[in-house]
Amino acid sequence: MNKIFILWLRQVIRYLRSRPRIIGSLGQPLLFLVALGFGFGPVFAKAGQGNYLEFLAPGVVGMGIIFTSIFSGIEVIWDRQFGFLKETLVAPVSRLRIMVGRTLGGATVATLQGVLVLALTFLIGFRPANAWLILPAILVMGLVALLFTSLGTAIASMLDDMQGFQLIMNFLVMPLFFLSGALFPLDHLPTAIRVATVIDPLTYGIDAMRHLLIGASHYALSLDLLVLSAFTAVFVALGAWLFSRIQV
Amino acid sequence: MPEPIIHVDRLTKKFKNFMAVDHISFDVPAGQIFAFLGPNGAGKSTTIKMITTLLHPSSGTIRLNGVDPVKDPKDARRSFGIVFQDPSLDDELTAWENLEFHGVLYGVPKELRRTRIGEMLAFVELSDRRDDLVKTFSGGMKRRLEIARGLLHHPKVLFLDEPTLGLDPQTRNHMWSYLHELNRKEGITVFFSTHYMEEAERNAQRIAVIDHGKIVTSGTSDDLKAQTHTATLEDAFLALTGTTIRDEAGSAADRMRQRHRAWGHR
Ligand SMILES: Nc1ncnc2c1ncn2[C@@H]1O[C@H](COP(=O)(O)OP(=O)(O)O)[C@@H](O)[C@H]1O
Ligand SMILES: [Mg+2]
Repeated sequence: MNKIFILWLRQVIRYLRSRPRIIGSLGQPLLFLVALGFGFGPVFAKAGQGNYLEFLAPGVVGMGIIFTSIFSGIEVIWDRQFGFLKETLVAPVSRLRIMVGRTLGGATVATLQGVLVLALTFLIGFRPANAWLILPAILVMGLVALLFTSLGTAIASMLDDMQGFQLIMNFLVMPLFFLSGALFPLDHLPTAIRVATVIDPLTYGIDAMRHLLIGASHYALSLDLLVLSAFTAVFVALGAWLFSRIQV
Repeated sequence: MPEPIIHVDRLTKKFKNFMAVDHISFDVPAGQIFAFLGPNGAGKSTTIKMITTLLHPSSGTIRLNGVDPVKDPKDARRSFGIVFQDPSLDDELTAWENLEFHGVLYGVPKELRRTRIGEMLAFVELSDRRDDLVKTFSGGMKRRLEIARGLLHHPKVLFLDEPTLGLDPQTRNHMWSYLHELNRKEGITVFFSTHYMEEAERNAQRIAVIDHGKIVTSGTSDDLKAQTHTATLEDAFLALTGTTIRDEAGSAADRMRQRHRAWGHR
């Protein structure tokens, strides 16, 4: 338990020390909130869809979480390149515990980042429908964070260096975000986009957050949570397996 | 004769069709300082990685402190400390945090851990820098901290893979004085690899010369000179391998590492 804790702690300390990284990663959500939230607001209202900022806020929280958690998972590559991974792999600790400790740490960091983005939406003027539901919303954030940190770890375990990083950002993280329904409602979509949103796990994370924060969602909360849990279980298992196969 | 602390028998590593380590055998008695001398690409790091559970051998057997590292990696890992060829500290953590992390992973109980971290930091003369981030350290300081870390859990054997690569001669001497003191006081076995002949000659009680994945010969530096009827280890090496170690241009990666270290970052 101690060992998992220290691995967790290391990730959290590194995050808390990287002020520029924290502040820098708030820039993008802020831009989306301001430019899209206020820019599309009038069109959205005219189309009879209500308040766009309110609709967008959970989506942007989801964005903060997916970027931070994939990035945290990908840190395995950093540690490999900077040699620190060897120090952990040569210690008398099972690979599974190392992976679990790191991943919980990364997920914690991503959840913190999600909370910061949520606070940012409050500054812009977003108000949740029911303040009591913020806490369960943070739990959902934690689940989404765990899901994508494991995915990041799984991918990073297969890559040798940072070469693939840009590829992952452009061909995985961006599509996962844009096709998640973070920016647009899920009804009346063309079939191709609809299919993409259905297989995108982030869709369910953001839908669940919408349910809790604005009291409106596309799917039932129970379905969202079920799908998220299933994806998380699969990715944790996959990440653990791939991580256990790393050779240095 | 007691069982050697490191016993390697016909150890082999093949990468695809390339024999990086080719049926090597050697023993290291407990308490010895043992050098693995060979040019870049000889197979030194690959051998160390196999003994220290980081790579699976293609064939052959290893015993480390009575344990088979392939079958019982966890037991084997408790018995050695290692300083890798490339830096392996977390730069964003302080010296103390790096040691604490190590101590916890190795299951050193809290009280003992705190004392030992203090002792080790004092030993490598970094006590006054304990709360500084490692990224502010010089190359020599990082190496010292890595040695302190490798020793934290009271290992029986300390592996050092090219420990002085890229360090200036003064820092190098300084580092070796720690290692000799440690060997004397705690009786720890030191296994190090190097491509510096003087380093092997000056510091090791026994030397194994490795080239192209094979052990060419082994013995004391006097043995090697006597065997080849040469006056210096350098000439002995030339006689044994047909090349001088200096002519062997370092691999691009090695040179880059060296440059990085010289500049004080990674
Ligand atoms: N993972 C690997 N895949 C393929 N070849 C490798 C790998 N690791 C090392 N080698 C090759 O094996 C040989 C021995 O490498 P190494 O043990 O690092 O040498 P040394 O440490 O003596 O400089 C080199 O030719 C190197 O290129
Ligand atoms: Mg090497």
